[in-house]
Amino acid sequence: MFETTGKKAKELLAYYQAKLDEEAREAKKNGKLVCWSASVAPSEFCVTMDIAMVYPETHAAGIGARKGALDLLEVADRKGYSLDCCSYGRVNMGYMELLKEEAITGKTPETLANSPAARVPLPDLVITCNNICNTLLKWYENLAVELDIPCIVIDVPFNHTMPIPEYAKEYIADQFRNAIAQLEVICGKPFDYKKFKEVREQTQRSVAQWNRIAALSHYKPSPLNCFDLFNYMALIVCARSRDYAEITFRRFADEIEENLKNGVYAFKGAEKTRITWEGIAVWPYLGHTFKSLKGLGSIMTGSAYPGLWNLSYDANDESLHGMAEAYTRIYINTCLENKVNVLLDIVNGGQCDGVAYHLNRSCKLMSFLNVETAEIIKEKTGKPYVSFDGDQTDPRNFAPAQFDTRVQALAEMMEQQIAGEAE
Amino acid sequence: MSKYETILSQLKDVAANPKKAMDDYKAETGKGAIGILPLYAPEELVHATGYLPMGIWGGQKTITKARTYLPAFACSIMQQVMELQCEGAYDELAAVLISVPCDTLKCLSQKWKGTSPVIVFTHPQNRGLEAANKFLVEEYKIVKRKLEEIVGEPITNAAIEASIKVYNENRAVMREFVKVAADYPQIIDPVARHAVFKSRMFMEKSKHTALVKELIEEIKAMPVEPWTGKKVVVTGILVEPNELLDIFKENGIAIVADDLAQESRQIRIDVLDGEEAPLYRLAKVWQRMYGCSVATDTKKYRGKMLLDMVEQTGADAIVVAMMKFCDPEEWDYPVMYRQFEEKGVKNIMIEVDQEATAFEQVRTRLQSFVEMM
Repeated sequence: MFETTGKKAKELLAYYQAKLDEEAREAKKNGKLVCWSASVAPSEFCVTMDIAMVYPETHAAGIGARKGALDLLEVADRKGYSLDCCSYGRVNMGYMELLKEEAITGKTPETLANSPAARVPLPDLVITCNNICNTLLKWYENLAVELDIPCIVIDVPFNHTMPIPEYAKEYIADQFRNAIAQLEVICGKPFDYKKFKEVREQTQRSVAQWNRIAALSHYKPSPLNCFDLFNYMALIVCARSRDYAEITFRRFADEIEENLKNGVYAFKGAEKTRITWEGIAVWPYLGHTFKSLKGLGSIMTGSAYPGLWNLSYDANDESLHGMAEAYTRIYINTCLENKVNVLLDIVNGGQCDGVAYHLNRSCKLMSFLNVETAEIIKEKTGKPYVSFDGDQTDPRNFAPAQFDTRVQALAEMMEQQIAGEAE
Repeated sequence: MSKYETILSQLKDVAANPKKAMDDYKAETGKGAIGILPLYAPEELVHATGYLPMGIWGGQKTITKARTYLPAFACSIMQQVMELQCEGAYDELAAVLISVPCDTLKCLSQKWKGTSPVIVFTHPQNRGLEAANKFLVEEYKIVKRKLEEIVGEPITNAAIEASIKVYNENRAVMREFVKVAADYPQIIDPVARHAVFKSRMFMEKSKHTALVKELIEEIKAMPVEPWTGKKVVVTGILVEPNELLDIFKENGIAIVADDLAQESRQIRIDVLDGEEAPLYRLAKVWQRMYGCSVATDTKKYRGKMLLDMVEQTGADAIVVAMMKFCDPEEWDYPVMYRQFEEKGVKNIMIEVDQEATAFEQVRTRLQSFVEMM
């Protein structure tokens, strides 16, 4: 039994991440079900049914960060996947193909044996949700067909008009009920509604601690660099419906609050400028982007990306409309006006001096409105911005030199503006 | 010029001059036009207003202005639409109707640069559920209300029912045309075939139906000649510009069936008759749609559908016309490709870029593909 008392948040993070993969492998070994899930698909149903969960996006991000993406991208390439398809998806399809080959031949393909990827088992079912893109529909269609397994779809229609209408919530809640029926068939047992309520409550406790961490970047100087959220994000994705996330986030928030109380800041007093990073991290170059900004004295105190998992809802609401709303209101699933308002809160909340927009070759939804978003945010805040080309997991689409030049320019503009305000 | 040639030339003119088609319609009826973006919309509602529904499927511009608003990795068709928006090409439209079945269209729906009002609606993707139909009815109610505001008068159920009849007939006639085109490739070459489809985007549908009916009659009066070239089924978003279709023609390739979003996918599903209200029956069309990359299908029937089409038409091969940077289509491809290969059906992928002016690569590839067959 792992003793959590006295452990640092960082240790808890590493422990639980490894534990989740181990649980999935154990489940497979013991003939229990394994589900691959989209990162912001509702986890509540499968967790209620005691299904082991694997999150391909987090898995792919980990592979990217460990410099193992290229080998798997090549496997996907050979299968006919265009370089234009999302690199998370391609890494995952490549990984799936290797696992499948291993399962069929009984031999571990060399690429798989040499991959730094965390070993996860093949799924028995998949669940997807398009609240962060429609690519997740296409990707999971392919997983389901290539593995001949069931696919649960939670469709959250794009909210072209806000607030979210009741009929949309009703449609999503109906799908929740349908997913329950599907799971009862897949698992061969009735759905445990009492446990479902507990899982919803657990999810809310995890989300509350997650939000508690995110709010700590509002202090100036900041005790938190939001780059840390990119790391801790693994658990809000993979374990928000378990206590693993809550325990880890509570510890991390406690640590930061303690630091704040003692005047210990992320940049040890050398925080020159504060930025919002809009978009997904560039995982293969996470270290580079972090160091490059740090070298400029620029701290990340705003990022809307971790906010995707601000899935707060009323756990007592049996109509599930609140839960439906939480899963559909993700800012990139809403109209431009709402998207801008969410980002504006991030920029203002983090007391940011500027914004860096990631023009992500892998993510059309998080890129094609960047120009409009940036212009409106600039108009409303007067803060400068830059855009850089990148990719979440395909290292070929990111040029460190371009990134450095762009963030240097941003730092100069921010410093100039701060100096101007001081005069 | 024979009668069928006259009709074809008329349809080709409309396909090539949408602006003129719109101006003529306005002069004739005193009513305006409403733009419809890809891929699917309840066009019957627009037709019921008396306004002319105009398809907006890109063009053949050199991209300059659009670069400011879209990175190079946006699909070719939306680059074109953005370029044309920036030029004010759509500003005479009374409104523009945009559905958002892919991530690119979600973004495009939020950044229209023209002056026409934009009406956005979302298709549900969990299409098997009755809840999805109900959701779509609510979306269509909003579309209807906004259209009524724009045209300044209510759209009656009687008018919608009449439009449904017009559209069902047009779809049925176009499905027949597809068969006739397959039987008479000497007369309906790939460019002509495309023009018949494209012109339906810029014409009042009953007029289009009448012309196509006449065309079919004229052609069917002639004897069916044996085809010495090759026959293919084409799948994708669209095959444009005409220079690309000319390559098919040059190489003796007849298109005997298509699964193009701009062509046969538009005529695949009719609105069913029944007691239910027209908006509900229009919504059901989306539920019954199949074989399209933006209509979620966890069984991925599209590959099998294409293989069936090959069998039914006696086609020699499948041509995948891949719209550049269209990720829904790109995600379908690896599964379809595997299925074609497993069945031993010859297939080739060619890239479609509306901005393209040089076609040597496609020419060489299609040439050697035909030789290989």
